[in-house]
Amino acid sequence: MNAANYLYVSALLFTIGAVGVVVRRNAIVVFMCVELMLNAANLAFVTFARINGSIDGQIMAFFTMVVAACEVVVGLAIIVTIYRSRRSASVDDASLLKR
Amino acid sequence: MTFTAPVLNYTILSPMLIVLAGALIGVIIEAFVSKAFRPLVQLILTIGTLLLALVQVFRIRESESVTAAMGSVIFDGPGFLLQAAILIISIISVFLIADNENFTALAAAIPGSPEEHESIQQGNKVTEVFPLTLFAVAGMMLFPVSSDLITLFVALEMLSLPLYLMAGLSRRRRLLSQEAALKYFLLGAFSSAFFLFGAAYLYGYSGDITFSGIRDSVVGGSGNDIFLLIGIAFVSIGLLFKVGAVPFHAWSPDVYQGAPTAVTAFMAAATKVAAFGAMLRIYYTVFANAQWSWTPLLSGIAIITMLFGSFVAIAQRDVKRMLAYSSIAHAGFLLAGVIALNKAGLAASIFYLFAYGVATVGAFAVVTLVRDSAGEVTDLNRWTGLGKRSPWVASVFAFFLLAFAGIPLTSGFIGKFSIFSAAYESGAKGVVIAGVLSSAVAAFFYIRVIVLMFFTDSHEDATTVVIPSVLTRITVIFSFVITVALGVYPSPLIDFINKFATFIR
Repeated sequence: MNAANYLYVSALLFTIGAVGVVVRRNAIVVFMCVELMLNAANLAFVTFARINGSIDGQIMAFFTMVVAACEVVVGLAIIVTIYRSRRSASVDDASLLKR
Repeated sequence: MTFTAPVLNYTILSPMLIVLAGALIGVIIEAFVSKAFRPLVQLILTIGTLLLALVQVFRIRESESVTAAMGSVIFDGPGFLLQAAILIISIISVFLIADNENFTALAAAIPGSPEEHESIQQGNKVTEVFPLTLFAVAGMMLFPVSSDLITLFVALEMLSLPLYLMAGLSRRRRLLSQEAALKYFLLGAFSSAFFLFGAAYLYGYSGDITFSGIRDSVVGGSGNDIFLLIGIAFVSIGLLFKVGAVPFHAWSPDVYQGAPTAVTAFMAAATKVAAFGAMLRIYYTVFANAQWSWTPLLSGIAIITMLFGSFVAIAQRDVKRMLAYSSIAHAGFLLAGVIALNKAGLAASIFYLFAYGVATVGAFAVVTLVRDSAGEVTDLNRWTGLGKRSPWVASVFAFFLLAFAGIPLTSGFIGKFSIFSAAYESGAKGVVIAGVLSSAVAAFFYIRVIVLMFFTDSHEDATTVVIPSVLTRITVIFSFVITVALGVYPSPLIDFINKFATFIR
């Protein structure tokens, strides 16, 4: 199968994620969309590793997974704290700073 | 297939390893040292670690080999200067962070809950900020010296993740602070996803993740140009977000206002040095030969950023928000140094980053001093007449504002002058004109604050200036002295920077 197709899939996933971040209101869902974007980048890395015949892209994919896991730890901590304070994880409710 | 063990070259990595070791020891101290001694022990450890790292950075500045960890870290002249600048700025801001009035007693407690009251009465302190600061500093030091895409991405996250948490630890107005942390985190993660996607396409373009490999492909012109353009665009989005350039600035006013002021000071100054450091390295070395593709766009962004930051700052009624928009404007001025793409531009950018960073920490340190019974007062209307009640504090703040505005005899003037002349030399006349115009606009709102403080009668609900603690006083004095020194007698530092400001490709 043509490797370029995987790039199309990756671009599609990235777009879905980016649109999701912009239109969804729940902080958890927004965060999941960010994770989808990271995974889209991972797919692109692995595909390019295949196309270029080098292993660097696959190594990068592993690093991305580790970083994404760290991001989950920090991100969920922040989201849970804000949920406990105001009983809502909606990003629209968090608008005290808007003037 | 044979496997060769990597050569790490610990000498080059040692400053970063020292900072990371200090951070890990800090985590252990959290677990084993009793509550009463923790703030003092952590402060001594943090300052000691940073000083040791600074000494080490200076010791290895002229070492023979510059690459470490199989070429994923490159410690050349600019890398040395940027690491030294990050460490000096961090040392100054750690004293401000150590001032115990700034942070919540118990970050996990719901604001206003009985647990929180209990924790405040017990005198708990969130000493975790010290290790978090050190982790962030290590990431910031790695960011401008990283020399492949993996290291760059890991460093980006390493400096960001602790800052997301630190933004949510304010003692007062905790809901605002948590909101700032949420916004910073979601938008930061969003932008790093863009960065990573761009990195994937740069890798796809050249088949190599090292900067030198990508640069060779750009010079050789082999490979698919579409991939290169996607890569440059998306990586730029990630970096421009970190420096807060328009149109990726939306987070910065909210985060600057909501985060604890000490964290804002550290973040505004040190993150900017790290992010611009990495940006300079990438644009000056990797993308330099594809200049045709990014210079026009980056010039446009620089012009919009300067003008937007300066004009919107005029309308702000909150001093932290005003400083946030002023930092957006300064990001625009610094982009002029990236566009210049010559040695003068690099040296000027490094000088400007250092001068601006130090003045920023000082200005935010002064903001922490102006308070009423409920905590810091950031509403500018209530700063009226401050100069009559506390002439010293108001004068120091006025001086930092003049440094931001770029009045002669302050560090800001030298920085702005050298960065604009470098950009002019390289032919970016539009950027220089916009820069000079927006400097004039910016001077207007800085001076308006000075007029407000000194020549306006105060209201009923006047604020008081607390007597600064020793720690905050150290921060203010250090940043004041450095800002004055760089303004009056800048030539030793400029010569020093010029000596080192050459990227090794």
